[in-house]
Amino acid sequence: MAGNLVQGAVFTVMVVRAENLREPTFEPELAQQVRRSPRFFLNAPVVLDLRGAAEFTREAEFVEAREVLRRHTLTLIGIQNAQSAQVDAAAGAGLASFAPNATQPNRPRPIEAAPGAASASGAVKSRLVTEPVRSGTQIYARGADLVIIAPVSPGAEIMADGNIHVYGALRGRALAGANGDVDARIFCSRLEAELVSIAGHYLVSDQLPPEQRGLSVQIALVNDRLTIERN
Amino acid sequence: MAKVIVLTSGKGGVGKTTSAAAIAAGLALRGNRTVVIDFDVGLRNLDLIMGCERRVVFDFINVINGDAKLNQALIKDKRSDNLYIFPTSQTRDKDALKRDGVERVLDELKDNFDYIVCDSPAGIEHGAITALYFADSAIITTNPEVSSVRDSDRIIGILASKSKRAEHNMEPVDVHLLLTRYSLERVKKGEMLSVEDVKEILSIPLLGVIPESESVLRASNTGTPVVFDQESPAGRAYHDAVARFLGEQREMRFLKSERRSFFRALLGRA
Repeated sequence: MAGNLVQGAVFTVMVVRAENLREPTFEPELAQQVRRSPRFFLNAPVVLDLRGAAEFTREAEFVEAREVLRRHTLTLIGIQNAQSAQVDAAAGAGLASFAPNATQPNRPRPIEAAPGAASASGAVKSRLVTEPVRSGTQIYARGADLVIIAPVSPGAEIMADGNIHVYGALRGRALAGANGDVDARIFCSRLEAELVSIAGHYLVSDQLPPEQRGLSVQIALVNDRLTIERN
Repeated sequence: MAKVIVLTSGKGGVGKTTSAAAIAAGLALRGNRTVVIDFDVGLRNLDLIMGCERRVVFDFINVINGDAKLNQALIKDKRSDNLYIFPTSQTRDKDALKRDGVERVLDELKDNFDYIVCDSPAGIEHGAITALYFADSAIITTNPEVSSVRDSDRIIGILASKSKRAEHNMEPVDVHLLLTRYSLERVKKGEMLSVEDVKEILSIPLLGVIPESESVLRASNTGTPVVFDQESPAGRAYHDAVARFLGEQREMRFLKSERRSFFRALLGRA
C-alpha cells in the first residue's frame, strides 16, 4: 500500500481549563451552557488544559474527568499544557497530548480588570474606564461589569462578563455577558455601535434599527433575541 | 527644556511631512531654535519639502550608527537662522532606527534646540512607533474623512499606551488635532466630515484647520514650507496653529457657514 496512512487535518476543538473542572459550580454551569445549544455540544471533542494544575498525575483522575464531561455529552480526547508526569498519566487513560499555545491565537492580550475583585462592601466591583477607548483597543472586564464614561471609538472592542455601561457614544463593538450570562445588558447614551452582543447573540451595525441610531438605549436578550429599548 | 513634537497620523498621504515642515518653520520664524527630523527612513521626502535635497551629505541613520557627527548631518535652512533640517537615509529601512540610538541623538539635540519636530512615517509599525516613542507632544494630522479619522484614533491610543511617557507612567503625551485638506465647499455638500464631527470622534483639542489650497501643492513642489507664503490661507492657518501650540488664543478661520454634514447624514441625524 502506497501513500501516507496518517495525514494532517485541522479541527476546532473546545478547551476546558482543569482548574474550572475542579470547582463545585462547574457541572451546573456546564449543564446550563449545554442546555442552551444542545446540538452544538453533542459528542463535541474537548481538550483539557492543565496549565497551572498541580493535580492530574494519576490515570484515575483523567478517567474521572472524562466521565464528568461525558455526563454533559462532551468527549474528552486529550490534554494540553501538561507536565511530563501528566502526559504519561493521560496516555494511560488513552488521551492524546496536544501542542501548547493552541488556545490563544497570536494577538495581544486585552487589557484586563483584576479577576473577581470585590469591594470592601463585598459587592463585585465593576471596572471603570474614564478615557476614550480608541480604535484597536480591547478592554475586558472579567467577572465584572464594565462602566465607561467616555466615547468608544469605531474599531475598539469592549467586553464584560457582566453588563456594559457606556456614558458616551458607543461606536465600536460591545460584548456583554461574554461568559454566557444571558441576563447581561448593554446600556449606552448614544448607540452608533459596529456590533452589540449579549451571551453570543449579536447584531451588527446593519441590523440595528436606523430609528434607534444615536439614541440612548439599553439592549437585553429576550427569548434569545436582542431587543433594543429606548431609555 | 527642549520639547519633542511628533507629527503622526497612522494613515499615509494626509500631509504629515508638509505639516511638519510648516510647523517647524513656523516655530523657527517665532524665534525658537527648531530642528525637523525625517523618521521616514527609505522614503525620504522632508528634504524635498524643505528644498534642501541637494545639500544632503550625512543623515539621521549615519548619526545613529556613529558614522557621522550631528553637526555634519544637520542642514541649516537658508530662509531662517533658527531652523535646521535633519534628513534621513533613502537607502536604509526602518529597522535602522534603533531606539537607544534615536534616544542618544534626541538627547544631544535637546542641548541645542528648543523644539525637535519629528516627521513620522505612516503606519503603526516600528518606524512610526519609534518616531512617537520619545514625544512630549503629538500633532495628529488628520483629513476630514472616515478612514483618516479612524487611523488617527488608533495612533492616539498607541500614544497613550506605547510611548515612553506611557511606559514610564509619566505625564501623558500632550495630543493635538491638526485637520488638513479641509474644504468648506465639500463639507457643505456633505462629501467631507466637518470639524465638529472629527472633534467629536477623536475628543482631543483642535490645534488648527488647514484649508485645502493650491498654495500647499505649490509650496511642496518648490521646496518652500507654506508658512513662508504669508498670502496663502494655508500659510496663515499654519501660523495660527503654531501660535495656538505656543499657548496663544486665536479664532478658527475658514469654518464659517457649516451645514448638515456628511457624517450626520450618514447616521441619519439632522
